[in-house]
Amino acid sequence: MIESDAFVQALQDIGVDFFTGVPDSILGGIIAELMERRLYTPAVREDEAVAMAAGAYMSGKVPAVLMQNSGLGTSLNALISLNVIYRQPCILIVSWRGYQGKDAPEHLVMGEVMPQLLDTMKIPHRTLSEKAAIDDLKWLAETFMKQRIPVALLITKGVVRGLHP
Amino acid sequence: MRPEQGTMQSRAMAMAALLELLTDQPVIICNGFPSREAYKIADRPTHFYMIGSMGVASAIGLGVALAKPNKQVVIFDGDGNVLMGMGTLATVGALKPKNFIHVVFDNEVYGSTGNQPTISNVVPLEKVAKAAGYVNVERVREREDLVYEFKDMLKKDGPSMLLVKVNEMVEDVGRVMLDPPDITKRFMKAIE
Ligand SMILES: Cc1ncc(C[n+]2csc(CCOP(=O)(O)OP(=O)(O)O)c2C)c(N)n1
Ligand SMILES: [Mg+2]
Repeated sequence: MIESDAFVQALQDIGVDFFTGVPDSILGGIIAELMERRLYTPAVREDEAVAMAAGAYMSGKVPAVLMQNSGLGTSLNALISLNVIYRQPCILIVSWRGYQGKDAPEHLVMGEVMPQLLDTMKIPHRTLSEKAAIDDLKWLAETFMKQRIPVALLITKGVVRGLHP
Repeated sequence: MRPEQGTMQSRAMAMAALLELLTDQPVIICNGFPSREAYKIADRPTHFYMIGSMGVASAIGLGVALAKPNKQVVIFDGDGNVLMGMGTLATVGALKPKNFIHVVFDNEVYGSTGNQPTISNVVPLEKVAKAAGYVNVERVREREDLVYEFKDMLKKDGPSMLLVKVNEMVEDVGRVMLDPPDITKRFMKAIE
């Protein structure tokens, strides 16, 4: 398992310096670490978080938005009508609830359709793996810089340490 | 003339008065007619014109305000936009960025889509903002009050909301003739 402080440090090392989002249990450890480092600005909705990140990007920051995959539904319009149309990149750290059909009922449909949804939105995505984590983050930074659109790193349960081990 | 009987000012007139008081402050302008009117009245590289993503103008402004604490950030918003993204009033009220001035042109309608009524005639948005934690809020109608209060807000620590009651009149304006990626680049350079 990746420790949440190592994960946050790795994001800082690739240059991310503005973090916002809405919590999910899978992201609990990461958000706690971000709060400890005083790097996290909490949002009340994912579209608000995405827009705040866009403002921060235009002010010279490298932003990341943390969200549960259901939040992709909430933020879809901002991601398309703001980020994609205006070419404003953003790193999305998305927890993959409903992964492989194993989760509470409310997560099963989004869990299944999420990869196609991201493909349809033309948002490049990768699933974080413990073995290739360094590669995954390198890919994240490169895609962010090159394509200037949102790019998503998907996090399944148990890959990054949460609040309750 | 729906909004509060006797309101004579159009949004374009109010906006022109405010733009005269601004120089190089970043201004985020919500989608629909407000962006088109601002573009026609005075096009500046410090303007971020929105063509979509209704409801998040103030969230974009908040991102700028947090990342650029030494710049005073102004948001030109509409009543329909604020109602759609009302959660952001809470985020702003809680974070209390001092450099945040939220101007809401309240015509009590979704003007850009054909004047369908909003509910801002019965929901005083400046009171919602105050309850959420905005430091200064004012509701104005007359041009003199508008100019006086806006000047005052430029001098004070925010977050501030200036709710401007305007009529439903819309200027004869075209679209914003800039490519969105160019708006991004130009704005970034201007506020660097
Ligand atoms: C998500 C979404 N829903 C609906 C629209 C259509 N739309 C564009 S502008 C607008 C009205 C905005 O109202 P307000 O903020 O009061 O500004 P006004 O047009 O009155 O100046 C609407 C409904 C949209 N662009 N996006
Ligand atoms: Mg309106």
